Amino acid sequence: MYKFQLQLIVFIFFIGTPLMAKTIEVCPSCEVKSIKEGVALATDFDTLLIKKGTYREFNILVDKPLTLIGENYPVVDGEDRGEIIRIVSDNVTIDGLHIINVGTSYTTDYAAIRVVKSDNFLIQNVVLEKLFFGIYLERSNNGRVYHNKIIGDALDEYNSGNGIQLWYSHHVQVDRNIVQGVRDGIYLEFSDNISIHNNISTNNLRYGLHFMFSNDDVYTDNTFENNGAGVAVMFSKRIKMMGNVFKKNWGTAAFGMLLKEINDAEIIGNTFEENTIGINIEGSNRIEYKNNDFISNGWAVKVLGACYTNSFINNNFLYNSFDISYNSKLNDNVFEKNYWSNYTGYDLDKDGIGDVPYRPVKLFSYVVNRTPETIILLRSMFMDIIDFSEKVSPVFTPDNLLDEMPLMKRLK
Amino acid sequence: MIQIENLYKKFGRNQVLSNLDLDIHGSGIFAVLGPNGSGKTTLIKCILGMVVPSSGEIKVQGSTIKKNWKYRQEINYLPQIANFPGNLKVKELIRMIKDLRQKDSMEEDLIKLFGLDPFLDKKLSTLSGGTKQKVNIVLTFMFDCPLIILDEPTSGLDPASLIKLKELLLKEKNKGKTILITTHIMQFVEEMSDEIVYLLEGNIFFKGTVEQLKSKTNQTDFEHAIAAIATQTSDA
Amino acid sequence: MLKILKYSFYDLMRSRWSYVYFLFYLALGFVLLFLNNDLSKAVITLMNVIIILVPLISTIFGVMYFYNSKEFTELLLAQPLKRSSIFLGQYLGVAGSLMLSLVLGLGIPFVLYGLFKSDTIWDFSLLLITGAFLTLIFAALAFNIALSNENKIKGFGYAVLLWLFLAVIYDGLFLMSLILFEEYPLDSFSLAATMFNPIDLSRTLILLKLDISALLGYTGAIFKQFFGTYTGLIVSITMLILWTVLPIWRLAYKAKRKDF
Repeated sequence: MYKFQLQLIVFIFFIGTPLMAKTIEVCPSCEVKSIKEGVALATDFDTLLIKKGTYREFNILVDKPLTLIGENYPVVDGEDRGEIIRIVSDNVTIDGLHIINVGTSYTTDYAAIRVVKSDNFLIQNVVLEKLFFGIYLERSNNGRVYHNKIIGDALDEYNSGNGIQLWYSHHVQVDRNIVQGVRDGIYLEFSDNISIHNNISTNNLRYGLHFMFSNDDVYTDNTFENNGAGVAVMFSKRIKMMGNVFKKNWGTAAFGMLLKEINDAEIIGNTFEENTIGINIEGSNRIEYKNNDFISNGWAVKVLGACYTNSFINNNFLYNSFDISYNSKLNDNVFEKNYWSNYTGYDLDKDGIGDVPYRPVKLFSYVVNRTPETIILLRSMFMDIIDFSEKVSPVFTPDNLLDEMPLMKRLK
Repeated sequence: MIQIENLYKKFGRNQVLSNLDLDIHGSGIFAVLGPNGSGKTTLIKCILGMVVPSSGEIKVQGSTIKKNWKYRQEINYLPQIANFPGNLKVKELIRMIKDLRQKDSMEEDLIKLFGLDPFLDKKLSTLSGGTKQKVNIVLTFMFDCPLIILDEPTSGLDPASLIKLKELLLKEKNKGKTILITTHIMQFVEEMSDEIVYLLEGNIFFKGTVEQLKSKTNQTDFEHAIAAIATQTSDA
Repeated sequence: MLKILKYSFYDLMRSRWSYVYFLFYLALGFVLLFLNNDLSKAVITLMNVIIILVPLISTIFGVMYFYNSKEFTELLLAQPLKRSSIFLGQYLGVAGSLMLSLVLGLGIPFVLYGLFKSDTIWDFSLLLITGAFLTLIFAALAFNIALSNENKIKGFGYAVLLWLFLAVIYDGLFLMSLILFEEYPLDSFSLAATMFNPIDLSRTLILLKLDISALLGYTGAIFKQFFGTYTGLIVSITMLILWTVLPIWRLAYKAKRKDF
């Protein structure tokens, strides 16, 4: 706690250099009893120190560069009446508040904290519960959303909001947040150059992370587990996805990751484990898949529609029910030097590369695409025989879809 | 001892026993005779419960054998073909049967009698036919039961063993036991049996002593008498 | 019955075939584990083996034992023993020795490999349980076939046909009917069809463990209920028990009425 305060002091020192900023204490027994009062009293670059207690307030408008710091997580209770904090000024910091009971509406997207057209914001150590939208950034750039905990209790998609939402906001860092039980854990729309690291997004109704029309973003080392459908990356360019874990996204049309109309992305070193579909790819081109682990998924990679010039190199495909599934006979993608646990070939020259190519697409995956109930015949001897004959002379599967250099040992 | 009433048995379309009545009581050796396919073995197997009658009733020692298996505790049976599980040793087979029947036994005298000592540690699959039959006889006679059923007991036996078998049979008869035998050796029947049950086409054609048979057929020779029965049938 | 079981088991334990079977599984286990060094992969390969080979071996072994122990059976029939106990005892002897060979043959290499320290232990136990059920079921079916056919060659023929049908042909017909009627909702049908084949049933049980991710991709509500909850596990195991009990019951019933 001491260290934390020290950091704070240093921080305030830098922010507050232009003027000698003052600190206003807010507490139920203080002179200033509400946050609204505090904001009204404060001048630019002041600090509001909000002491432990419960503040029943909503529509708090922060319209000047202030630092709001909660001491021992004071509770700000919106009593379900609407938006709680709205930031309309640059250089605002919100730190250490426990915000609950955001109002739900079908017409207005009420958020616990909304940042509007403001730059250089910092939102950290905030705990949000019983919310509609959590942190909503609107045309706000160069800010940071750090180490917040957002715990929703959403039941239906139509009346729930997103945990962290970015809309026309650029150069924002979203780090070390925990988001669960909302509609989309993190949602980006028209937001470029965003970096998303080390977040844990779980048990959300729809997506753990959702990109729409957002370019040049990076997300690394995040964990997405047990979300309704996984992570959706749509209509975006040049996204880098590295070291993330996509786990246990089970269900109809559930996937670890969905790529839709994505071009020139890099997908490196991620783990896709126990998802119904590891990656679902639709109309995505020039994507590099490297060093990923696909473990025990229903379908490791499902390719739908036209996908060109993608390359899968040095990935591990381990114990998936189906490694790759295609719905067309065309293939313009490269599979090379991957490890396939289903590979049964041999390596006579001992160079670590199998001497016979591996065909990752089974005929059975076509049959299942056509008649889904046939999934119940998975691993039956009859299917194995059919798959084998297809392997020997491909009729239904793309002829050139093979890994010419399958690895004999799993890549570490 | 054994009462059979209205016994019928059909194998598929083949009527093997039809309306057979038989009453056997008191001690003695009863020879069940008849041409091949007359139903001798079937009759015996019915008594043993190995073949389920189509209809009719069989009583052994006064109690019906239907849905009953405990009555076999009082029967010793020597099957026609001496085939045993080949993996077992003679000793183990004897021990197993003793274990299954849980009854006092006197196998040691019998083993000595038939000179089976050197074979006790041999596997049954390595024994000759005659030796197997001896083992078979030991297994049959080692328990003290009032009813003994023997299906072709003489097959494969050397003359010395045959004499021992006959002695054994007389000894058992003198103990007051009922002994049922099927055989094709007429000399054996004439020498041993007290009563003859002659089966023909699934029914009892004749039942009585050797003497009665001879007088009935007006033959002095037993073998001829038996042959004459068959011709009488064709005449009738 | 326990005595017959004891002697049958004893008899089988000395027969060459039990050892061949045992050594086969032992070798398979070692090869899979120590050449591959991958427990999960070994479990998947084993699944294929168990689904196909266990029924085949149990069937053939069952029929063979029944015919070969004809003399033993006849010897026993004249003894004061209940018929049903003679046959059930022999049956349990065969099934028991087969199960023992399976469990030990596969268990030893896996335990040596460090199964107890791995998460795969559940998958492996499920495999063994399924294998045990398949042994019980197919040995019972084999006994039924042998009991109804005096002719050895015929009996063997029927037994192998039965295996071929359940292991391969059934699934082929199943697949064709699914594709043929694909416009109709088929999930109840496909689950029911699975229940009528013990091999498919065991396969489903293993799929529940190994491929649950793929199974949950299907939209049907009944599928979802079946695979997404414990229903699938409970129903499958119940059906397997039924598949075990029914042939055994028929065996006892037929044995009581057969002439020897």
